[in-house]
Amino acid sequence: MSTYALTDATTMLHRDFQHLRRYPLMTISGIGTPTVFLLLFNYVLGGAVSAGLGAGVSYVNYLVPGILMMTVGSGCAATAIGVNMDMTEGVVARFRVMAISRGSVLTGRVVGSLIRTLLSVLLVVGVAVVIGFRPTTGPAQWLLAYGFLALVTLALTWLAIAFGMAAKTVAGANSSTLLLQFGPFISSGFVPASTMPVGVRWFAENQPFTSMIETLRGLLLGTPIGKSAIIAIAWCVVIALVGYLWARAAYNRDPIRY
Amino acid sequence: MTSAIVATGLRKSYREKVVLDGIDLDIPEGSVFALLGPNGAGKTTTVQILSTYIKADGGDARVAGHDLARDPDAVRAAIGVTGQFSAVDKLLSGEENLMLMADLHHLGRREGRRRAAELLKQFDLVGAGPNIVTTYSGGMRRRLDLAMTLIGNPRIIFLDEPTTGLDPGSRHTMWQIIRDLAAGGVTIFLTTQYLEEADELAGRIAVLDKGRLVAEGTPDELKRQIPGGYVRLQFSDATRLASAARLLGVGSGDDDALTLEIPTDGGVRALRALLEQLDHENVDVAGLTVHSPDLDDVYFALTGHGIKEDSAA
Repeated sequence: MSTYALTDATTMLHRDFQHLRRYPLMTISGIGTPTVFLLLFNYVLGGAVSAGLGAGVSYVNYLVPGILMMTVGSGCAATAIGVNMDMTEGVVARFRVMAISRGSVLTGRVVGSLIRTLLSVLLVVGVAVVIGFRPTTGPAQWLLAYGFLALVTLALTWLAIAFGMAAKTVAGANSSTLLLQFGPFISSGFVPASTMPVGVRWFAENQPFTSMIETLRGLLLGTPIGKSAIIAIAWCVVIALVGYLWARAAYNRDPIRY
Repeated sequence: MTSAIVATGLRKSYREKVVLDGIDLDIPEGSVFALLGPNGAGKTTTVQILSTYIKADGGDARVAGHDLARDPDAVRAAIGVTGQFSAVDKLLSGEENLMLMADLHHLGRREGRRRAAELLKQFDLVGAGPNIVTTYSGGMRRRLDLAMTLIGNPRIIFLDEPTTGLDPGSRHTMWQIIRDLAAGGVTIFLTTQYLEEADELAGRIAVLDKGRLVAEGTPDELKRQIPGGYVRLQFSDATRLASAARLLGVGSGDDDALTLEIPTDGGVRALRALLEQLDHENVDVAGLTVHSPDLDDVYFALTGHGIKEDSAA
């Protein structure tokens, strides 16, 4: 590890922001996609769905945790695409033959992804508040919810970086991250899992996004969290570890393969 | 003289395909060395190994006095690499690319700006500096790429096919840049598939063919290795051609073109003797051309195939 690890990571982060400033489209679509789904579900499907939720439950409140999870997924998808462009377009080849801290290329990306995604989350929450989202808990829990989202973002970012490095093309990187963006659909994020047929229901109840969404819902709306928080944190640790090890192995592997 | 690059028995294979089959090199400090060969000969792989980008399967090498395998970071600190495909950040401007390099070399803000401005000027990119790289031409990108390589003042520069794909004007600009660098005492390792380019720039040339070095020497040494020179005499009629052929004892010549080709080493002494002999017998010569062997001949003689033949590999 070079003594310049931090400086180099900061340089890489700076580069990430230069890209963002010049090509804001990726970030805009990272905010746009969840916003569109928020509006779509609330105004188009909301009437029908909320009838099944029972009296006293506001559908927009029910919806927001799932939408926030989608925002995190979209943010990480942008990271995967950025990483893949780096790997396929030669500039990382240059970094590899420079005496710079090897990890900095990845850590710069991780920090960039965290900052970008967490800002996107704030913006999407803003839209949600405008259309009627009212978290019922207090500021302490809101802060805890934000911290929890940061943990989820960190975990999914490492996985996204691994996806971005493993994919041979930008298109491949993009499609591999659909899992992150649309995974929340088959969960309790948009409708209660109890309304689903047995097989789908089993999947929805046990997939990682559900425990994360339930935890978030509890922190924002005071619904019972139960074991969800522990399960969600365990998932985050596992996903982060797998993503980190995979990404590191992909980065250290001989860059030329046939 | 100290060596900038020493390699012994470098090997590399991808699956069953042997790309480098035992390469030995010894390149003195401050020299310009050209690795010449067709596509698929292993030139890029050699550069990738020597610049720490990939690991060799066998053999060892020292670059700038540091062992490639044991101390790759010390090697990286001493070298600069410009590849065949520009390794520039296309989403940044030329200036930002240079500043990125300055930051990664820890030059500090002010010194970084100074170096960036200096290089933009040196590489004729001042006007284009603030523009995003996607708007650059191929030649401009290649120049920016090289400027980025030079930010850290490397002692050894690897140039992998620095002019492939450039138009003739940009190629000559690049050649001048390489000559200036060499004049500054930097060791240059360049690969090329252009014989003319190796001849033009390099003090020593090694010819790489199918993963093996088939010859090494100065351009003149290589040219001398093969007999390929001849003098072509032009005559105004068939009678003169016939008498010259009889006199010199070299067959009948070309009756349609009225030319006669006489093998020679291309030296002035041999040429003078030849003309005196013809003069003495009063055989009028209408014209003459001297053909010296060029590196194309050398390449063909060494490998048994032309340099462009393998381009599909």
